[in-house]
Amino acid sequence: MTIAIPPANENSGKSLQPKGLFRYFSFSLDHKVIGLQYLVFGFLFYLIGGALAGAIRIELTSPMSDFMPRDIYNQVLTLHGTIMIFLWIVPVVNGAFGNYLIPFYVGARDMAFPRLNAVAFWMIPPSGLMLISSYFITGAAQSGWTAYPPLSISTPAAGQIIWILSVLLLGGSSIFGGINFIATILKLRRPGLKLMQLPMYCWAMLGTSILIVLSTPVLAGTLILLSFDIVAHTGFFNPELGGNVIVYQHLFWFYSHPAVYIMVLPAFGLVSEILPVHCRKPLFGYTTMVYSIMAIVVLGLVVWAHHMFTSGTPPWMRLFFTIATSFIAVPTGIKFFNWVATLWGGRISLNSAVLFSCGFIVNFVLGGITGVALAQVPFDVHVHDTYFVVAHFHYIVYGGSVFVIFSSIYHWYPKFTGRMLNENIGRLHFILTFIGFNLCFAPQHWLGLNGMPRRVAEYDPQFTFVNQLSSVGALLMAISTLPFLWNVIQSAYKGPIAGDNPWRALTPEWLTSSPPPVENWAGKAPLVTEPYGYGYKTSSSKTGSKPQEELAEEKQ
Amino acid sequence: MPNSSAFLLLVISLLVTIGGIWIGQNVNLLPVDASSNAPIYDELFKVLFSIGAVLFLGMLAAVVYSLIRFQKNPEDLEDGLALEGNLSLEIFWTAVPAVVVLFVGIYSYDIYDRMGGMQPLQTNGHDHQAMHQEQRVWGGIGAGPVESDMSKIAAPLKIDVTAMQFAFLFHYPQGDIISGELHVPKGQPISMRMESKDVIHAFWVPEFRLKQDVIPGQPTILNFTPTKAGRYPIICAELCGPYHGGMRSTVVVEEADEYKEWFNKNTKEVISEL
Ligand code: HEM
Ligand SMILES: [Cu+2]
Ligand SMILES: [Cu+2]
Repeated sequence: MTIAIPPANENSGKSLQPKGLFRYFSFSLDHKVIGLQYLVFGFLFYLIGGALAGAIRIELTSPMSDFMPRDIYNQVLTLHGTIMIFLWIVPVVNGAFGNYLIPFYVGARDMAFPRLNAVAFWMIPPSGLMLISSYFITGAAQSGWTAYPPLSISTPAAGQIIWILSVLLLGGSSIFGGINFIATILKLRRPGLKLMQLPMYCWAMLGTSILIVLSTPVLAGTLILLSFDIVAHTGFFNPELGGNVIVYQHLFWFYSHPAVYIMVLPAFGLVSEILPVHCRKPLFGYTTMVYSIMAIVVLGLVVWAHHMFTSGTPPWMRLFFTIATSFIAVPTGIKFFNWVATLWGGRISLNSAVLFSCGFIVNFVLGGITGVALAQVPFDVHVHDTYFVVAHFHYIVYGGSVFVIFSSIYHWYPKFTGRMLNENIGRLHFILTFIGFNLCFAPQHWLGLNGMPRRVAEYDPQFTFVNQLSSVGALLMAISTLPFLWNVIQSAYKGPIAGDNPWRALTPEWLTSSPPPVENWAGKAPLVTEPYGYGYKTSSSKTGSKPQEELAEEKQ
Repeated sequence: MPNSSAFLLLVISLLVTIGGIWIGQNVNLLPVDASSNAPIYDELFKVLFSIGAVLFLGMLAAVVYSLIRFQKNPEDLEDGLALEGNLSLEIFWTAVPAVVVLFVGIYSYDIYDRMGGMQPLQTNGHDHQAMHQEQRVWGGIGAGPVESDMSKIAAPLKIDVTAMQFAFLFHYPQGDIISGELHVPKGQPISMRMESKDVIHAFWVPEFRLKQDVIPGQPTILNFTPTKAGRYPIICAELCGPYHGGMRSTVVVEEADEYKEWFNKNTKEVISEL
């Protein structure tokens, strides 16, 4: 492998940063520290959001509204959705893994703007705390994560305003992160490394960051107008003052449909890194993977009104958005076929990382199929705003993104900590999660089709049994986090030492110590032009990897 | 033995295809049909369910098969095939979903048209041009062709729906009736003009397979023709406040004479033709 050397940047000021565990509580500029800050912080909020989900599932074990007052139920529901999206999945699939991995993948020693990076992370804790404290101080927002006016204008103002402020901060953090990723991927690439040689996660993050930068400002503007309506009694979205409630929905979904890809494209990228390593095979169809990511980015920007088929949408608009949405299934399908082709003929280690990745493939395919069905207007007018939609998007965001987050933790934990996780506990975690998840969400398709709307605390008694089934699934999911937590905590102290590269992987983060030093490589940064070059047999051995491209000379 | 594994694959794909189609055609996940719209919906549902079941079972089988077949033992350090891609295969699995999606799109357009989604609203019974010239009115699905000959000639029955936190009110302009329950005669096309007094609600009858948001400041239209007598729930499907889950009513589909009886009992006007 040819190694070329950008000299270590001696003047970065990072030697002044705190050391040891304390650096995770500091304004660290090290991208790896920031990545893990995102991950641990996101996970704490996942536990909070999960507890709220538990409260929802307890309420729904009986058809009456009897576990909590109705307005509290709506607050819990709103907090659950907002936390899971803005404080868990978006920060973790982008902020955590993006910050940790992208500099390695482009051969850089840090992100393009380390200070902006730290600022972006430190915007999250205050907004998260603000959001949660609103529940205790003023009562949280209760109009759902979509905050449709006029409901969001007429519910108690304090909670709604705090919700808006906190989402604005989180959106700002996300935009800063997006700018940083675009700059890092395009400008900080190591000399000699071409775009089409980058690991797939870089492409996923490039696409995601473009979506973030294009669409998040629209959400910010919309929420600012909404806050004017609430505090200054302007009439942008208030029909009593001549405003239009449908305009809000268009603006909101212009961000929030791309937001679902902001949650899932990075997950696609992570799976593309994990599978080749454990299957000992190149990623199948690199070029089509890149093009399908970009196709998803473009199409993802023009499908938003499929969330509005039953509101005030004229027929031509319904048709246009049906067709545009259906076609997203094509590039998405390509990626899934390519992953299965990556599995095919591999030499697969059936470990926790692979199990969670394959669980993701299966779950997401089901969520994608119900997605295409929902995109058909005549189908959607029956199931819109019912538990069918709840099932659809949990198959996507939980069965998809969350499964990938777990897979990624199993895969990169040895790099993060220098120690291995316990495989048997990992498999137990997978089995509990997979069964619990499907038991919780599969029956909800039937609930929606048969007449249970979403966002209700009470329902028709005929749905009691199926709801209880779903709650048992949720209980299993809650239990499944216990072995996981025990595993990650005790392995950090007692796990077997991992070594630099326990998976014999080829991507650059494995070509350094575990955990890696500040500035990533003690010496020179490696030039990896064949991140997936598995399976090339050489004359001397049956195993080997494709030689990395040689540099004619070291350019600096 | 490559032959036996090829045979196994063939059997699996056959099972997946037949099993998927069988599931799609025979597993019923829907409540009863009670409007002329519902059988059309169920037809679409069966097609989508069959395609979806074949695709899902196929992917599931491919993943499970690979995990079992290509698993290696931990001591084995060999790599798999150095297969970086295969252009014709990739074109194939771009083209197949594209064709499937195109078919689904065209087919669901046809279904939408048969449900009346593409008809201009003016023909739906309300004289919208005159009534609300200042407002745009959206909606209008559900006015598809009706099977019974009787209803083809019958002008749609007009009902005004008002939604508010947390109830629906039904106003029958013909007899000046205001009711909390929706009474409709079987086989009679209905055209409802809906508007909300406060926040957004949604009118949903699962047995009719129809839903339309009820929006403040922007009237919407929903049409349907009930086909089966009975009592069905009307459900508010858009989060509208603390009692959203309790915002329900009932639609009572009655035989024509029962309906007339109800109408006469409640009407405030004396209408000679009745
Ligand atoms: C094959 C691709 C997909 C298609 C065709 C699709 C289609 C749809 C449609 C039409 C709806 C609206 C349903 C309704 O409210 O009546 C919907 C809702 C939703 N989808 Fe998807 N979807 C796809 C993938 C995704 C992905 C990748 C995510 C997230 C990672 C996602 C997350 C959601 C969410 C969160 C909602 C509900 C939003 C809400 O009302 O709160 N979907 N999807
Ligand atoms: Cu969407
Ligand atoms: Cu309502």
